[in-house]
Amino acid sequence: MSVVTATTPIRKNSGWRLFLQTVIGRAYPRVIGQQREKSWMFFEVLLPLINVAAYVYVYRAIGAPEDYVGFVVIGGAMIAFWMNVLWSMSSQLYWEKEQGNLALYIISPAPLMAILLGMAVGGMIATLLRAGAIIALGTWLFNVQYVVMNPWQLLAVFVLTMVALYGLGMMTASVFLLFSREAWHYVNLAMEPVYLLSGFYFPLKNLGFWVALGASIIPLSLGLDAMRQLAFRSGPSLGFLSVPLEIGILSVLSVVFLVAARWLLKTLERLAREEARLTENRR
Amino acid sequence: MTTETHLDDLAIKTEALSRIYKIRGAKKGEMRERVALEDINLSIPRGELFGLLGPNGAGKTTLIKILTTLLSPTRGRAWVAGFDVVRESDKVRPRINMVSGGETSGYGLLTVRENLWMFAQFYGIPSRQAHQRIQTLLEMIGLADRANTKSSDLSTGLRQKMNIVRGFMTDPEVLFLDEPTLGLDVQAAREVRAFIRRWMDENPSRTILLTTHYMQEAEELCDRVAIIHEGRILACDTPDHLKQEVQHEAIFQLLVETEQPLNSLALENLPGVLRLHHQWMNGGLQLEISLAEEGVLPLVIGELERQQAHLRSLQKRQPSLEDVFVQLVGLRMEEVERERGNGYHPNTQE
Repeated sequence: MSVVTATTPIRKNSGWRLFLQTVIGRAYPRVIGQQREKSWMFFEVLLPLINVAAYVYVYRAIGAPEDYVGFVVIGGAMIAFWMNVLWSMSSQLYWEKEQGNLALYIISPAPLMAILLGMAVGGMIATLLRAGAIIALGTWLFNVQYVVMNPWQLLAVFVLTMVALYGLGMMTASVFLLFSREAWHYVNLAMEPVYLLSGFYFPLKNLGFWVALGASIIPLSLGLDAMRQLAFRSGPSLGFLSVPLEIGILSVLSVVFLVAARWLLKTLERLAREEARLTENRR
Repeated sequence: MTTETHLDDLAIKTEALSRIYKIRGAKKGEMRERVALEDINLSIPRGELFGLLGPNGAGKTTLIKILTTLLSPTRGRAWVAGFDVVRESDKVRPRINMVSGGETSGYGLLTVRENLWMFAQFYGIPSRQAHQRIQTLLEMIGLADRANTKSSDLSTGLRQKMNIVRGFMTDPEVLFLDEPTLGLDVQAAREVRAFIRRWMDENPSRTILLTTHYMQEAEELCDRVAIIHEGRILACDTPDHLKQEVQHEAIFQLLVETEQPLNSLALENLPGVLRLHHQWMNGGLQLEISLAEEGVLPLVIGELERQQAHLRSLQKRQPSLEDVFVQLVGLRMEEVERERGNGYHPNTQE
């Protein structure tokens, strides 16, 4: 048996090439996993659509403007991203620890930030497909009419919302590095309030100014509000803040969350190493 | 500085390395301390296959965690490949890798090849080279035919082979193997050991730190062995030198037939009997007895006859690392495990 190639020196990239390879490497299981586990079509497209349908029938029963139906469909699609951030970003490092992957990530030369970014990019790509399916099916089922005057602005808002949202996910993932089983409870705790505060199924404005302003810390709230303003005829009149202002706030949130994620990751990794929590549950 | 001079030639060095865990007590807010490692001083030159031998809970894994930058020491310092594991962890990481026994790393939905490719990316190995190397190593370890199998469909043994390839494919300067054959059947363990030995033989600059609680594994593979117990290194030398420490003893294995319980205390109290262990085996009682000299044996046989135990076989045995461990600790490794309540199964492997 030839062993020559096993001893051949191997080239190892570092710097930005290693960063990029890590992002692609970690994104891969997310994207490919979706192709191999078809159950997502039922659990993550059809089940959310049932929720959407409930709101659609309520709005139609009370004679709300037809644009509300579109609001709900977009909200239902964006929930997929929130769920992904909660379950597959925030608490992910805890699961990676349980599975034994976290230790291998840490001892590798790959930056943890690149691992998180890979998780985010992979999750985003996979979720985009689910969200797209919800929008397509919802639009077809409920005959939603869109009036998009500025598609580029709409795309920019969506991208910014994603950056800010997944930045938030990366930040909380760093925090969860220290948690053990509590991670599960915190994630559960965060789920329902965000459903309400993000205005998934109704215009954010209805929360009242101060509550809506407080809810703006969740990137989905402003992102969803801006997207509705840009995609529906009655959107601007039901919007919370002006679109340019919401874009500005989303940009600030993106930077803050990403910088905070980087700092937290470094700090909490050091702390977790000292307290022996990188590989074991809380002692 | 002396340390710096030596560091160039050393793959691993530790100085008074200690780790104390803080553990929550039964009462609220109560914290207890457990010493996992105490003043560990090790110097492992490049090119050595070094074994850490000790029962579960001895501190082997804690030491590996510190050396692989996963855990900070409470006191002392450690260097791997010439770099401080705390202050220069970013320089240590590209030079090391680790494989643990029974690990379930990777993603079940990915195939063996995909999982390995993913980990190769974390080390910056270009995709093409990664695929070539994965193929070669899979062939070497006998897993090539399962390359496209989802890792969730692999048996424990095959999964561990995948882990072994993951650890070796980055060609680390220092490789940490933490109980790499844990839970494997005899054949799979033998194949993994052969692979490890071959990998070392291929390149004299490679270094492995292997932890195990299988005596034979340590004896078969390691250039030097450190025996670790309760966080302290009790002895460190080549297996042959360690065994020479107990060479002056005469160790006999006796199989006796007896219908009444044996009074082992009477045997142990005979002059010249150093240690005695007994267990039921193949319908008889197997005694393993260490004597200060061979001349004590007739006394032992006489005592057995007095207790109406019939000798069925008698064999003189060469000392093993197990005997070294017993001499140092006073108990056999499985007895230590049993006292700790761990599930030690001495017969899991040959």
